[in-house]
Amino acid sequence: MRERDDEWTGLMRSAMSGDSAAYHRLLKAVTPVLRAAARRGLARAGQPIDQSEDIVQDILLAVHLKRQTWDTSAPFAPWLFAIARNKLIDALRRRGKRIFVNIDDFAETLPGEPVEQTASASEVAAQLQTLPARQRDVLQSIAVDSASIKETAARFSMSEGAVRVALHRGLAALTAKLREQ
Amino acid sequence: MDTDQLIRTLAADNEHHTRPIGFSLMLALLAAAPVSILMFFTELGVRPDVMTAMHNPFFDLKFAVTLALAISATAVSLHLARPEASLRGFGWWLLIPAGILVAGIGGEMMMPQRTPMMTRLVGSNSRYCMSAIPEMSLPLLAGALYALRQGAPARPAVAGAIAGMLSAGFAATLYASHCTDDSPLFVATWYTIATALVTAVGALAGSRVLRY
Repeated sequence: MRERDDEWTGLMRSAMSGDSAAYHRLLKAVTPVLRAAARRGLARAGQPIDQSEDIVQDILLAVHLKRQTWDTSAPFAPWLFAIARNKLIDALRRRGKRIFVNIDDFAETLPGEPVEQTASASEVAAQLQTLPARQRDVLQSIAVDSASIKETAARFSMSEGAVRVALHRGLAALTAKLREQ
Repeated sequence: MDTDQLIRTLAADNEHHTRPIGFSLMLALLAAAPVSILMFFTELGVRPDVMTAMHNPFFDLKFAVTLALAISATAVSLHLARPEASLRGFGWWLLIPAGILVAGIGGEMMMPQRTPMMTRLVGSNSRYCMSAIPEMSLPLLAGALYALRQGAPARPAVAGAIAGMLSAGFAATLYASHCTDDSPLFVATWYTIATALVTAVGALAGSRVLRY
């Protein structure tokens, strides 16, 4: 645990000083842990765990947009889990109004649950369709078509700066829409 | 969009940096301050005997209290913008203005007074005080909340309440230069009620706009 936390903190420090590869590795590394936590939370609240991926994506977006509130001299894990807890509670509260399942149905089966594979997530994809065309195109190009910023700029005859702005605004708008839904 | 795709997209956006929240808060307050100052000069203005009042330690004490409130609430606000932060270990900052005020009341008690205690407490401007401080603090509160939206407070209502306190602190600093009631008893009563009002508005607004 200690080693893992130190590794995360190191990666995040590099990420904050501009190392996008370190940032990518960090997000990859924390995702299984977030997924397991989301499943545990859903199970404990007696809700189907197949929605865990929506919560994971929600947490990742918040981590991304709020990362300047992380104090680079502090360990990363407590900050991450504070964000995750907030988003999980938020998600359970939202879903709590619609779904109710007995907690015993899930409590027994949980520890053996595989957490590596990606379950389907629909909320981010659905909200993506409601974004302004420019932001949606840029996000789709980078996310779905794995294009780089440079390639995306060439494809839509935009400057790289304009792609970066559309990318960031798109992610912020996506997060706002998820919060308001 | 699956999670790997989302992660790739977030990594591509890593180069985007928002400015530090403390800097944003400062800019927002600087942008809102002219509105409050304009309200102050059109509706109230500095009291005419300000040059002599400055030699009265209880007049000066008002600024010590209101500025201490503004500064400590600003520090706590910035602290609470972090998701893992709580008031624990930081809440005592807010006791500083209260401590100064209590010391002031003690000091006044020990001095011979020409006017009875209740007269000093009730003063002659209490109604102005209770409406002017909240009014002048609203632009500052709006600015503070706008900047604090960058943060990720664990309890948005608490963060909003502290933002209310900081804007009330700055607004009360303006008001203190108008008001002719200098007794710490007056300050402890009416400034506190005005601050509580703004704090409540901040909590209510914060619980809506500071969620992340």
